[in-house]
Amino acid sequence: MNERKVLIISVCNEKLHELEFVKPVVDIIDGLEVEYDCKYYKDVINFENYSHVIICGTSLQDDHFVDGIRYFEWLREYEGKVFGICAGMQIFGLLFGCGIVKKTEIGFFMENFRDSFLGVRGKQEVYHLHNNYIHNWEDTGFVVCCVGVDDIVQAVKHKNKEFYGVLFHPEVRNKVMIEKFVE
Amino acid sequence: MFVMKLGLLFSGGKDSMLAGFIVKNYGHELSCLISILSENKNSFMFHTPSINNVEIQAKAMEVPILIGHTKGEKEIELNDLRDVIIRAKEEYGIEGIVTGAVLSVYQASRVQKICNELNLEVFNPLWQKNQEEILNELIEEKFDVRIVGVFAYPLDKSWLGRKIDKKYIEEVKVLSDKYGISIAGEGGEFESFVLDCPLFEKKLEIIGYEDSCDGENSCSRELKLDF
Repeated sequence: MNERKVLIISVCNEKLHELEFVKPVVDIIDGLEVEYDCKYYKDVINFENYSHVIICGTSLQDDHFVDGIRYFEWLREYEGKVFGICAGMQIFGLLFGCGIVKKTEIGFFMENFRDSFLGVRGKQEVYHLHNNYIHNWEDTGFVVCCVGVDDIVQAVKHKNKEFYGVLFHPEVRNKVMIEKFVE
Repeated sequence: MFVMKLGLLFSGGKDSMLAGFIVKNYGHELSCLISILSENKNSFMFHTPSINNVEIQAKAMEVPILIGHTKGEKEIELNDLRDVIIRAKEEYGIEGIVTGAVLSVYQASRVQKICNELNLEVFNPLWQKNQEEILNELIEEKFDVRIVGVFAYPLDKSWLGRKIDKKYIEEVKVLSDKYGISIAGEGGEFESFVLDCPLFEKKLEIIGYEDSCDGENSCSRELKLDF
């Protein structure tokens, strides 16, 4: 595995959406002067080339990745760091046996991080853009790190791996999370 | 590739025009333009001093335009936007909406909510994009963009009519460093109007204009246009 090389994964069914959900993440990584590649989740990828993987979100109407969950089987064996953003967090949940629940949240919300999570702690304004979330993280290997209104799980971290998931979009607010993940 | 029929939320300024240009470059169809005329000059959603000229821009683009009207009352104006989007869906069969939103979560999230309820896709191709990158893209793609409104110190009447070019970027960057203004006007520091771009079948000419000022740093230019 490379010492530090980031793979940014798009799950956008429509390529035009990558300008909104992938490019802002690319711009943050680019600013850190870290080596990176950007690929579509159905591409053939040699994950041994990457120390860090970021799975980006997609649009409200796009849930095609749910039918393509088999393309994420590599996560079970992967030893590097992974950050799942919105759809990325939902992919963690679906792969590790959780259920998906309909709930729309759009815009700024305040969420409370009791413990430090990728450089943030306490109450934070986050940007939501999702129609679904994952519930019942028990027996998945993930620990819930932040719970919002209506008991919606907003952030998780794996117990044994460096896998982080957030339901919101840190590329819009809390860019520091992405920077901290790559550090 | 699956070609989508899209409606462009259109102010006549640089951001919505560039968003439309990008969408077409990706192979999608701009089925119609959607503009909102607001009676409230301080609306958080719709602020376009030259909106009366969007019809002539639509003619130059040879794309149909739907114009909605609103009193511009906060949140109620969203119903007016929703009504026009429903018309666009019914009359042009649009499958999604395109916006020129860059940083405004206020605007973007409200459009997202409306479209989500109507099962329409939303595309924000300039979302979170670096502002200098936006200005450079306009220049590289040969957009003729003019300043038609200034609303922040130290911008004054002398900036009205200026074209966005390399010299403009250098000057406004100096002001940005000194006074903290956004170089692309994302904080409402200025308004722009597009006279020509690759989406136009014919270029617009300025045949006259009328300036009006509410103060030294709050001036607008109403353009009179022809082909």
